[in-house]
Amino acid sequence: MPETERNAPALRADTASPPFASPPDGPPLPGALRASMLLRCLAIQGSWNYEILVGNGVGFCVEPALRQLPGGLDGQPYKAALARQSVYFNAHPYLAALAVGALARAEVEQVAPVRIERFRTALCGPLGSVGDRLVWAAWLPACSLVAILLFGFGWSPLGVVLGFLFLYNVGHLGLRDWGLRNGWKHGLRVATALGHPVLQHGHATLVGYPRCWAASRCRWRSTGPSAGSRHCLPFPWGWPSLRPCLRYSSCDCRAAPRDGASFCSCSRPSSSTRWCVDG
Amino acid sequence: MTELFAALVPLVPVALLAGVVGLDVVSFPQAMISRPIVGATLGGAFLGAPEAGLVCGTALECLALESLPVGASRYPEWGSASVVAGAVAAVGATNSSFPDVGAFAVAVLVGIVTAWIGGWTMVQHRQLIARFARPRLDQLAAGSRNTVVGLQVFGMTLDLVRGVLLGGLMYCLARPVATLVNAFWTVDEDLSRAVIVASVAAVAAAAVWKDFHAISGTRRLFVVSLAVGTLLVVAGA
Repeated sequence: MPETERNAPALRADTASPPFASPPDGPPLPGALRASMLLRCLAIQGSWNYEILVGNGVGFCVEPALRQLPGGLDGQPYKAALARQSVYFNAHPYLAALAVGALARAEVEQVAPVRIERFRTALCGPLGSVGDRLVWAAWLPACSLVAILLFGFGWSPLGVVLGFLFLYNVGHLGLRDWGLRNGWKHGLRVATALGHPVLQHGHATLVGYPRCWAASRCRWRSTGPSAGSRHCLPFPWGWPSLRPCLRYSSCDCRAAPRDGASFCSCSRPSSSTRWCVDG
Repeated sequence: MTELFAALVPLVPVALLAGVVGLDVVSFPQAMISRPIVGATLGGAFLGAPEAGLVCGTALECLALESLPVGASRYPEWGSASVVAGAVAAVGATNSSFPDVGAFAVAVLVGIVTAWIGGWTMVQHRQLIARFARPRLDQLAAGSRNTVVGLQVFGMTLDLVRGVLLGGLMYCLARPVATLVNAFWTVDEDLSRAVIVASVAAVAAAAVWKDFHAISGTRRLFVVSLAVGTLLVVAGA
């Protein structure tokens, strides 16, 4: 066996505690600040235009956090940070919350401006493509079809409308809130959160879940090798159906050589291999 | 004068609703109250015929499945359009009845046309924001909080006004047409509905077909759903 293969961590059936050091978590996002930023995130595309796209919106959302910088609203750090955050940016509006959280933490911790700018540029592509695929191409049509189905079953107008809005917004608001919290938690290492299986293979998970459940292979497990393993779900509430499949994942985790970000290669009994991250 | 006032009474709520729903498409809060199945139902409900609005909204939802609101691309604006369509479908309908066939046909057509015009107005709206922002780029570069917040408020207000104007104008134009068509519609009701439903179903099928190639497992899910649906129809019959 080559030396490199011998040293590589072996894929294990289940991983109770992944063999890597988690990136340091940031301080918890204060409740008032989180609510303020989350509300602003709902209006992130308020000034969308063809020149700076959603850039001004990002500045608008990050602004409440920037008030913590030395000097407050009148300080030079506040103005410099707000100027940095209000330039060109493009991302899916829901997943932009992930960037908002990460950028807010980086600014509050006064990371070097060059690093923040480079990070900001690098986030655009992934957040756009992952969001479009997960929300516009999978979640929205799925909810629309459910609403049409409810209409077909003879539900009242109120039932159809409320059913659709509730179902869609469980995912919508959950994703925004998860993005904000995880962006803040991971800071510049937020790429780890982007590797979450629901973001990477959300549509496939949605489609594959009923089969998985029927086969009784992915039930909740309170004992056994996977008991106690942590999973970082984008949907903190209202999303119980996805949990069993995610908990059954077996993961091999390792730190990326350059920036120490922690990636895990996970597989499910359905033999699909995915990239996820330990939360 | 009294007749004019009576005609304006439904216009105001429909136009305001079109503004709010149009705002939801992009600016705030994107909670999908701008989807046709919601917007048209609300439009119909505002004029006392939610069932008619729902039927029209479902037809438009099939059409809306085909276009995804992706980034900077130009796409139909279904928010204001569906409110107008739902309100037009309510012409001649009562609280718990399906829409009259003539009004239904006009409503679907008006929905499509309004969505197309709405897409164009969104492009203009974005260009207007850019024009407004250009002289203020220096202030943005200086980290002016007022400029950042001001741009957001300007963009959202403009979007609201866009939706109100579009919804009000299209409703004013479409309502008399729907009344007229309703009065002169001679084609058999069942045949008329079948043509409309077949048309929108064809578009929805095309949208789902695209998903077959884009999302793994969709074919399997589709076959299972089709089997369950057929079973329910057979059991119901």
